[in-house]
Amino acid sequence: MQTYDLSTGSLRELNATLHAQNETTNQTAWEIMNPRGAHAIACGLDSPIEVTVRGSTGYYSAGMNQQATVNIKGSAGPGVAENMMSGKVVIDGDASQYAGATGHGGLLVIKGNASSRCGISMKGINIVVHGSIGHMSAFMAQSGNLVVCGDAGEALGDSCYEARLFVRGTVKSLGADCEEKEMRPEHLEILRTLLAEGECNARPEEFKRYGSARTLYNFNIDNAY
Amino acid sequence: MSNDDRGIPRTTPRQSATFTQDVNSEIRRAAATGIYDIRGGGAKRKLPTFDDLLFLGASISRYPLEGYREKCDTNVTIGGLHASNPIHLDIPITIAGMSFGALSGPAKEALGRGASAAGTSTTTGDGGMTPEERGHSSKLVYQYLPSRYGMNPDDLRKADAIEIVVGQGAKPGGGGMLLGQKISDRVANMRNLPKGIDQRSACRHPDWTGPDDLEIKILELREITGWRVPIYVKIAGARPYYDTTLAVKAGADAIVLDGMQGGTAATQDVFIEHVGQPTLAIIRPAVKALQDLGMHRKVQLILSGGIRSGADVAKAMALGADAVAIGTAALIALGDNDPKWEAEYNKLGTTAGAYDDWHEGQDPAGITTQDPELMKRFDPIEGGRRLRNYLKVMTLEAQTIARACGKNHLHNLEPEDLVALTMEAAAMAQVPLAGTDWWPGKSGSF
Repeated sequence: MQTYDLSTGSLRELNATLHAQNETTNQTAWEIMNPRGAHAIACGLDSPIEVTVRGSTGYYSAGMNQQATVNIKGSAGPGVAENMMSGKVVIDGDASQYAGATGHGGLLVIKGNASSRCGISMKGINIVVHGSIGHMSAFMAQSGNLVVCGDAGEALGDSCYEARLFVRGTVKSLGADCEEKEMRPEHLEILRTLLAEGECNARPEEFKRYGSARTLYNFNIDNAY
Repeated sequence: MSNDDRGIPRTTPRQSATFTQDVNSEIRRAAATGIYDIRGGGAKRKLPTFDDLLFLGASISRYPLEGYREKCDTNVTIGGLHASNPIHLDIPITIAGMSFGALSGPAKEALGRGASAAGTSTTTGDGGMTPEERGHSSKLVYQYLPSRYGMNPDDLRKADAIEIVVGQGAKPGGGGMLLGQKISDRVANMRNLPKGIDQRSACRHPDWTGPDDLEIKILELREITGWRVPIYVKIAGARPYYDTTLAVKAGADAIVLDGMQGGTAATQDVFIEHVGQPTLAIIRPAVKALQDLGMHRKVQLILSGGIRSGADVAKAMALGADAVAIGTAALIALGDNDPKWEAEYNKLGTTAGAYDDWHEGQDPAGITTQDPELMKRFDPIEGGRRLRNYLKVMTLEAQTIARACGKNHLHNLEPEDLVALTMEAAAMAQVPLAGTDWWPGKSGSF
């Protein structure tokens, strides 16, 4: 286990060191001490390493992650795992706004709650939230799966495209062009897999599925507000 | 005019200055369709422009440089403030961001070929980076847009600079729309959306709001790219003093400032014509913001929006810009709106020079389309040659003016080299009305 202490080292040195790891590195396990809410911790990683952050992080932790596993043993600030391409990011605490924004791939697990705009503009990422999510989540979500074991706030899935939204609890309101969809066997299978990968004990049968009604896919003046 | 039945002379039929033929035709179009007009390009209305400024040239107090023998440099370095690898350009005329999707792959290739031959940079657009433009652009600026279509860290690291797009001169506060006609399999795949649907681009970024967030976003992009490449911030000409100030505070290496004559691939006509400010009006407030911060010439200012000639380049630089960017002019150089396609423009109900339905994908010149048959009409090698020639001419023109003003570098042009022909231009450019030593608001402040 390699340890880096941000109370004595710099963010630049930390990220440069993590970026220097490649596919063949034998330094595959990293521990970051004293993050103290610093921004952009472990962003831009691109190797199969596992990074554990001992504490809470600021904005954009694990941003644009590729291949790596990043564990945050605290809460995460806005934009955690934004534009993630692959790999896995697990947050033990809560996540602030825009968690997993525009993510193209990989798995984001939030064991607490996520704030507003969780999964905004997601493009293939899978997100599993053990708790609840805030308003305007999955806004313009293009593809991927958002699994919420708690409740969803206002305007879920507003203007979404082909992303699948699974919510176990209540949905305060659905956004424009978002509707409840039939839960078919293949969706239950997707859910079962994601819940297992996301270390969540919820049963797939307890969820409802939401997605695009596809009425906004082509411009129509009658859809304008 | 003839007399009427009673022998009274008829008056001349009088067209309204308010309800012009253009206005009436738009009312009829709106009444027939119930949909606002969407088009490409920038503002077409008459605006104060660089044409309203003149250079004074040399005199007894300023002596000129000899036109063909004495040196007049044109190079510019962008992004040296924070980036370890700033961009070095041979000429201060760059190619503005235009997306693959809005433009065909060969058109993007031609932009890369022409710009590289002229020693300058091209810019991606909404839709991501294509191999055509990366491969043919010696210096490529990668736009970071609200939609994040095609955004990925591998391409980010291939870029020579990153341009965070906050606004666009044609539509400050507006997002984008790529209509389904142009969503080919390739475009759909790059944007991760179904083929054939109308693709919206959001008007604001999904994961930051405000200047404090922007500062952290810039930090993240620098960390991901190892602080190697410059980070530009592109803003529309809405509030240039404050937006420039905030962008510099957030850590931008360069500001791209886009006036309302700047083009777009598709936006509502009412937006293009009625939101934003003319390019002439936005440059001095931005320069003042940089000067007030002690950052003029340290954070570079790239001006765009209706730049057409070497005279425009020289005037922009005299007013304080470090470089300019061209979009519409570059498309025209490639062959867009060329009269040789007049018969086809007529079939589309328009004429060469007025064609602006770029979003419909039926461009007779094969540039703003994804139609394979139309694309065949465009030769990227010839297009690149034409763009290189055009950039060369613009540079020679700007040098000609600079030498006449006694300057051995385009950057040495200054506001004192200029006068204005109209009160409006004098006020906006803050140079004297020709024949006077005064401009409106001279003793005031912004």
